[in-house]
Amino acid sequence: MAKTTEVRDDVIVRFAGDSGDGMQLTGDRFTTATASLGNDLSTLPDFPAEIRAPAGTLPGVSAFQIHFADHHVRTPGDSPDILVAMNPAALKSNLGDVKPGGQVIINTDEFTKRALAKVGYDSNPIEDDSLESYQVHAVPLTSLTVEALSDFDLSKKDAERAKNMFALGLLSWLYSRPTDQTRAFLEEKFARRPEILHANLAAFEAGWSFGETTEDFAVQYEVKPAKVPVGRYRNITGNLALAYGLVAATVRSGLPMFLGTYPITPASDILHELSKHKRFGITTFQAEDEIAGVGAALGASYGGAIGVTSTSGPGIALKSETIGLAVALELPLVVLDVQRGGPSTGLPTKTEQADLLQAMYGRNGEAPLPIVAPQSPGDCFDAAMEAVRIATAFRTPVILLSDGYLANGAEPWRVPDASALPDLGVDFATEPNALDKDGDPVFHPFKRDEATLARPWAVPGTPGLEHRIGGLEKADGTGAISYDPANHDHMVRMRAAKVDRVADTIGDLEVDDPSGEADVLVVGWGSTFGPIASACVLVRQSGGKVAHAHLRHLNPFPKNTGEVLKRYRHVIVPEMNMGQLSLLLRSKYLVDAQGYNQVRGLPFTSRELEGVINSALVEVNA
Amino acid sequence: MSTVDLNFPSLIDVPKTDEPLKAKDFKSDQEVRWCPGCGDYAILAAVQGFLPSLGVRRENIVFVSGIGCSSRFPYYMNTYGMHSIHGRAPAIATGLSVTRPDLSVWVVTGDGDALSIGGNHLIHALRRNVNLKILLFNNRIYGLTKGQYSPTSELGKVTKSTPVGSLDYPFDPVSLALGAEATFVARTIDSDRKHLTEVLKAAAAHEGSALVEIYQNCNIFNDGAFEQLKDRQTAADNLIRLEHTQPIRFGSESQFGVIRRQDGIISVVDCADVNESDLLVHDAHAVDPGVAFALSRLADQVSLAHTPIGVFRDVHRPSYDRLAREQLAQAQSHGGSGDDELQSLLEGKDSWVVTD
Ligand code: SF4
Repeated sequence: MAKTTEVRDDVIVRFAGDSGDGMQLTGDRFTTATASLGNDLSTLPDFPAEIRAPAGTLPGVSAFQIHFADHHVRTPGDSPDILVAMNPAALKSNLGDVKPGGQVIINTDEFTKRALAKVGYDSNPIEDDSLESYQVHAVPLTSLTVEALSDFDLSKKDAERAKNMFALGLLSWLYSRPTDQTRAFLEEKFARRPEILHANLAAFEAGWSFGETTEDFAVQYEVKPAKVPVGRYRNITGNLALAYGLVAATVRSGLPMFLGTYPITPASDILHELSKHKRFGITTFQAEDEIAGVGAALGASYGGAIGVTSTSGPGIALKSETIGLAVALELPLVVLDVQRGGPSTGLPTKTEQADLLQAMYGRNGEAPLPIVAPQSPGDCFDAAMEAVRIATAFRTPVILLSDGYLANGAEPWRVPDASALPDLGVDFATEPNALDKDGDPVFHPFKRDEATLARPWAVPGTPGLEHRIGGLEKADGTGAISYDPANHDHMVRMRAAKVDRVADTIGDLEVDDPSGEADVLVVGWGSTFGPIASACVLVRQSGGKVAHAHLRHLNPFPKNTGEVLKRYRHVIVPEMNMGQLSLLLRSKYLVDAQGYNQVRGLPFTSRELEGVINSALVEVNA
Repeated sequence: MSTVDLNFPSLIDVPKTDEPLKAKDFKSDQEVRWCPGCGDYAILAAVQGFLPSLGVRRENIVFVSGIGCSSRFPYYMNTYGMHSIHGRAPAIATGLSVTRPDLSVWVVTGDGDALSIGGNHLIHALRRNVNLKILLFNNRIYGLTKGQYSPTSELGKVTKSTPVGSLDYPFDPVSLALGAEATFVARTIDSDRKHLTEVLKAAAAHEGSALVEIYQNCNIFNDGAFEQLKDRQTAADNLIRLEHTQPIRFGSESQFGVIRRQDGIISVVDCADVNESDLLVHDAHAVDPGVAFALSRLADQVSLAHTPIGVFRDVHRPSYDRLAREQLAQAQSHGGSGDDELQSLLEGKDSWVVTD
């Protein structure tokens, strides 16, 4: 039949099904195809903490959302244009988010009496009028898949498992996605199991042809490539970008890297990834616990490697004492915290940014350290290199605060030129740096560099520089144990001053204020960048004036931060916590920064923040 | 003492000294601040006296400690050293040792540090066989916090925190280490300089983790804890010196021996009651740790009667360090690790080019 093609500038798709339905893989493949087409995109995987939650239940629903467009995309999107619901649970838990008038593809095979009852549907929503305001495509996805694979020597169960490929084929047709990558991916994944490979390919093609031939789908959509700066691009998730940033730091410093870590959601992929890159001189160590992970990393730093540990909030709590030791020893240490919902075990697979104060203050004594935060999945690469730069140059632990949304979310990333990345080379101490009372040369491990206030990094094996360091307070310069009151006061201040000196090496806080006349400033940090920036665009489209500043460095803040904050009549700080950055800004700069806080385990939507900004504009103009 | 290159497998990658070192070369400028009479002094002197015999460079030796009286040890050694935090020394030393094959890494710890707060790190370092020499000063008490019972204190111990007697059953560090898959386990005594030195040397030679339990007298809070094993009158009948390939005999007249009964149980006998050939011949190289474990259970935890000292177990298993470095070397043999390789990693397989 004749199909019409419509061009859209912007589409949001959500795949939702049972944990065992392969929705993450489906979303991932759709993303790769979309990326290669040149659309800009942003994704949001949302899956349960249980590996196999009970089948067909609401808690067992796994979803993947992708937002793609012919223009710059900053968020995974607020409301899907189209929802693929593989079972009643997926429909029930996701329908509310779909745009009014949006499309819903329903796998009718799973809408049995029992399955409906399991999630509390009294009647079948396909048959009653509850889906009236949507365009519903009732498709027997499972049986169509089984039918398409009838020639294969497969059990019914195995054939049914390919239904996600059918769905992928259908959506690929619907949005005119290229199919080469999907084929190539399947060929590689099932190279050793030709039967499964061919079944998956057949299911994928059956889905595509179904879209092409059935009358139910009268319109095919196209989304043109986005205008983006020229260059080579790839799709990347935050955890992968973090790992690559660490590999790059290894190459660009010429130092070996040592990752000491313990598996924890959502940070484990950093370990998995780095363990593949031994050729770059990276050793990965899966320790017996979080404490041993960071301890071994610190030991490696002591020996002249870049010591790194990766974890999430609960792990930071366990590592605190060792991080404090690193503050006292003044050795480099990179601590990656991929934040998740807390407190305690909290929401392991959901995002939150409530570890800022833990990173800032979660140690005994006065133990300041630099904190950096990436703002998007691709930006995790630069943030990782920046954390290594600060740690090695200032001989200090640095905490990098990513989060679950950045970790698993993906976006197209312009691949940098490796040879143009920052040079992170360091100088180890090789010579004595002081004279003793007899005028003989000696080594003072705590004699500081005048510019950075960093102490020398003198690694074991260096002749003539033998020295002892420890967690006890040290005399300034000599590093000998000292309980002297004035010395302790001095050392506490020196360690803080050193961290403050990091501000000399970072840029000013930049403000995005196209009109130059805004009265309202939105300040964010970390993964809220996308939703805030999109909200600002929406506000400006309707004539509002708003400024946006985003903090990459949370400690120390850029030097002009106070001046920026004081320039605006109203400052809003949206955070996925109860007001941690706003607390810091208020106390440090005495400005009336207003928090907008939400801890639902999900990123802000742009519309929600648009509303917050608009109310502030009304208030300011009143 | 000789300073010839002993070619110890554990020190194969550690640079050798050009000039022989002396004990005093290992003394730091710090004033030693243990209580007068503390057993730690004797251990410090023995270590400083024995290190020159390794023939390795001073700057390539590192002492890492935790927290406790014994953990002040690194400050008194003119080598590299780190006084870290309570219980974590084996973890910290692991990262150092794995990344730096050119270092001889020593951990100094105590019964509280290693077996209580740091128990997890100790057992995992041992099972991995990280190339660490772990000196566990066991005084069966908490000294630095002024006298609470420790995980090696005998049941019923009356201390500041247990006025009517402790309730928890103690660990035997040697049994624990053997259970944790340690490849080298030994016990020695602070006051026996010769034995201590021999054990240290055997530990230094061993590739992988070596756990050396050193009975150490805390004359302030647990004085005389090991007196049974030190007093001339009582030591001979209580102390069993294990020597590899030798039948196990002890006693003032060597009148006692150790046999393995038919039911497999190890027990002490009067030599007059058995044939010489029935005596158990000590085999530190036995692959199965069963007999070594049984020997570690001979001692009475309260009276210390029948306490074996010496090397219980010394078997070969490649160190974690070596295996980790082999994996690195294997990966690195496939090509470079510079900007070009980084570039192709970053581009990956699914990249695309945007042109004007
Ligand atoms: S308290 Fe005991 S162990 Fe500590 S230094 Fe004094 S005597 Fe030695």
